[in-house]
Amino acid sequence: MTAELTPLCGRGEPLLERMPSARPAGFTEPGVRPAYREEAPYKIHGGCGLMGICDESGTRMDGEAAIRAMAVQRDRGNGLGGGFAGYGIYPDFADHFCFHMMYHDHQARAEAEEIITQTFWIDQAEPIPTRHVSTIVDPPLLWRYFVMPHERKLEAIGLPADDVVVRTVFDINAGVDGAYVASSGKDMGAFKGVGYPEEIADFFRLEEYSGHTWLGHNRFPTNTPGWWGGAHPFSLLDWAVVHNGELSSYGINRRYLEQFGYRCALGTDTEVAAYLFDLLLRKHGLPMDLACLVLASPLWSEIDRMGDDERELAQALREVYGPAMLNGPFAIVLGFDGGMVAINDRIKLRPLVAARQGSILMVASEESVLHEVLDAPERVWSPRAGEPVIARVAGGSRSVRFADECAVAGVA
Amino acid sequence: MSNQLVQPEFRVRIDHDVCHKCGRCVQQCGWDVYTFNERPIPNHAKCRACHRCMTYCPAGAITIERSPLAYRENPSWTPALRRAAWRQAETGGVLLTGMGNDRPYLNIFDHLVLDACQVTNPSIDPLREPMELRTYLGSKPDSLEVECGEGGGFKLKTRRGFAAGIRLDVPVVFAPMSYGSVSLNVHKSLAMAAQRLGILMNTGEGGLHADLYPYEKNVIVQVASGRFGVDTDYLNRGAAVEIKVGQGAKPGIGGHLPGEKADSDIAATRMIPQGSDAISPAPHHDIYSIEDLRQLIYSIKEATDYKPVGVKIAAVHNVAAIASGIVRAGADYVYIDGFRGGTGAAPQVIRDHVGIPLEIAVAVVDQRLRDEGIRQRASIIAAGSVRGSADLAKVIALGADAVAIGSAALIALGCHLCQGCHTGSCSWGLTTHKPELTRRLDPEWGAERLVNLVSAWSHELQEILGALGVNAIESLRGSRDRLRSIGLDQQTCEIIGVKPAGL
Repeated sequence: MTAELTPLCGRGEPLLERMPSARPAGFTEPGVRPAYREEAPYKIHGGCGLMGICDESGTRMDGEAAIRAMAVQRDRGNGLGGGFAGYGIYPDFADHFCFHMMYHDHQARAEAEEIITQTFWIDQAEPIPTRHVSTIVDPPLLWRYFVMPHERKLEAIGLPADDVVVRTVFDINAGVDGAYVASSGKDMGAFKGVGYPEEIADFFRLEEYSGHTWLGHNRFPTNTPGWWGGAHPFSLLDWAVVHNGELSSYGINRRYLEQFGYRCALGTDTEVAAYLFDLLLRKHGLPMDLACLVLASPLWSEIDRMGDDERELAQALREVYGPAMLNGPFAIVLGFDGGMVAINDRIKLRPLVAARQGSILMVASEESVLHEVLDAPERVWSPRAGEPVIARVAGGSRSVRFADECAVAGVA
Repeated sequence: MSNQLVQPEFRVRIDHDVCHKCGRCVQQCGWDVYTFNERPIPNHAKCRACHRCMTYCPAGAITIERSPLAYRENPSWTPALRRAAWRQAETGGVLLTGMGNDRPYLNIFDHLVLDACQVTNPSIDPLREPMELRTYLGSKPDSLEVECGEGGGFKLKTRRGFAAGIRLDVPVVFAPMSYGSVSLNVHKSLAMAAQRLGILMNTGEGGLHADLYPYEKNVIVQVASGRFGVDTDYLNRGAAVEIKVGQGAKPGIGGHLPGEKADSDIAATRMIPQGSDAISPAPHHDIYSIEDLRQLIYSIKEATDYKPVGVKIAAVHNVAAIASGIVRAGADYVYIDGFRGGTGAAPQVIRDHVGIPLEIAVAVVDQRLRDEGIRQRASIIAAGSVRGSADLAKVIALGADAVAIGSAALIALGCHLCQGCHTGSCSWGLTTHKPELTRRLDPEWGAERLVNLVSAWSHELQEILGALGVNAIESLRGSRDRLRSIGLDQQTCEIIGVKPAGL
């Protein structure tokens, strides 16, 4: 395939030539295009720090709070991965799917764009704005695309737009060497790379964005050179996941997802957490409360003590979704279009603390973070094992249901 | 002239200096090895090395030795093969044997090792933390639909279509061994142990004796090609019904209980005339293809108000496709019996040369069902020489939901794998119906031994899970990522989906 490029939005070659070198550090020999998948032939291990903050009133905060929250947790990473996700950051393109892309070179870009344009109109394409930061070396080409589904083609394929986005992401991540989709949701984006999170934020000029929900992550991979795509958050559609821990159940979680057509191209456990949320919440239509009950299932001894209806449901969930249970130490924050959810593993083997200040709910790996960012939290607590902490932005979510909506429906 | 060429395999050595001359060895031996003339005199040729006499000798005077007889060396014509040829030259018959394949084929379990947690993920101490082994067998939907309940919150939208899942407190069941192939006391031991352990025993194809009715909630009732003991009442007594198509020790081969074993109790349980041979045909004569199996599955479901129905097959070359067909035919579980599985009687040539290893069969069936998106529709029970908790953990990691243990259970009851089950003279009183032998097994003692064995395996499995850093068996199930191979060829590794150690 030739690398002939079509300027997509009036920006041509000169701009592209100014882009920094396209080779991720320490990944391959010069001149060889890396696969941009399967970080390593083994599962990646590591510890991490994370944060999530959500203003339930829907008021937008600039990225500053998230950056400060991560800077406090600098010691929890080792400079081999940092990243953020912001929600509500693209109000001008709120109805567009936004693809955040990493490319090794322009040929990879051409190939990925060809896949995107098969089913989407690209309404705007541009390099993601960055600034030079001395510690951030060898970034890939970073582009973003605001796209709308091509209605006629969707009709022909017979899939809803969300499924076509998922297919496009998998086709690029698994099929195009040197191309990686960092995020693909609406009115949100993931910004991540190799470096400490505050440096990554500086590089991506994160303080220029404002959103109602922010996730942040600091990575401490123990046996990988670290590459840009491997940093958190992992994102698909509106879901973005930051994760501290290691899923000891990765093997079966992955094989379970593969049955439903998910391709786990990256070989990391955080990826399966993101896809499991997508499967449970979007494909199977489970309410958030129940999805959390699946991922951090109660013990059988707890289920046996429940009332009849509740027990029947909990037992059915565990029987049907046993392979989806996330086992092993984890603290996970999931961002979605209507807020965020933080959850610990079923016996709380990783730190997670939460705080409430007015309409702001915040979670982090360390309590110091909460006090650094919030000046007067009304409540600071450590959520119990498997107990989700849920923040919901006013206006709700397009797709996610919650248990308390039942009570409202009942009254109506 | 007969038998002269076959020399004894074992020698019984009696230390006459310490022998009490009490004659207990004469009484204990089921094989008539001993005669008594002032002191016990062994006939070495009859000894099967079952150790019954030496175990019960009050003086400790008996030792069983391998015969030191030298054979002219020939690695191709082993002494065993020479003995077989001599025996066949004498009798002109099929050589029969009992228990599982004893040929030294590569044992894949012994080339698999398990993972453990270090630093980045903590291991879990099963003595301090919950460690869950509970397993539900049966068909499960891909997803669940929920609706708002009356008091707020969600409840299941429809009564679950899989209400009759089979609960196991440990992912182990006792393998089918018919009343007839084993004694009633063995059946009682298995049933009592199953009830105490929260697991299931399996009738095998010989019907359910009335003495086992109190344990029927912990019993799988089997329907085999002879239909012995099968009627509506029988089908409805079990927790589940199992259609036996094949057995790992003798794929493609039927069964034969000689008429002399069919005493009044066995005949009544099997619903056959006393003293008549009970012949199980090789195929089910109403199953000549997969659509017939579907009809039988649904006939049984109709007859039992939709109890779970499983299908037991032997692991053969095409096992993945066969299992897929069985799942699509509506089975709630597929029972896969590997080529090391035991038997009460089988032609030796079949036992030793037909079928494939359990490890490979489970791996390819699990993968095929996943590839076809139907893994949720049925559970997999793996059997065929699961020898301990390590095999149990490994085969679950390869994709099994639970295992069935037959040989291990019999060994717990005293079996010494002497391979003489088909003779009906088991000195340990297990595979015999001679009253003086069967009474050697007290069901209460037997049940306690079985409970101990399975409990021990449970504790070990919990230790393994803890080391793996997971606290529920479903997080190990199918997680081949937690296995590595040592010394397996690359193609086998690919077939079973396990990486070599170091990767």
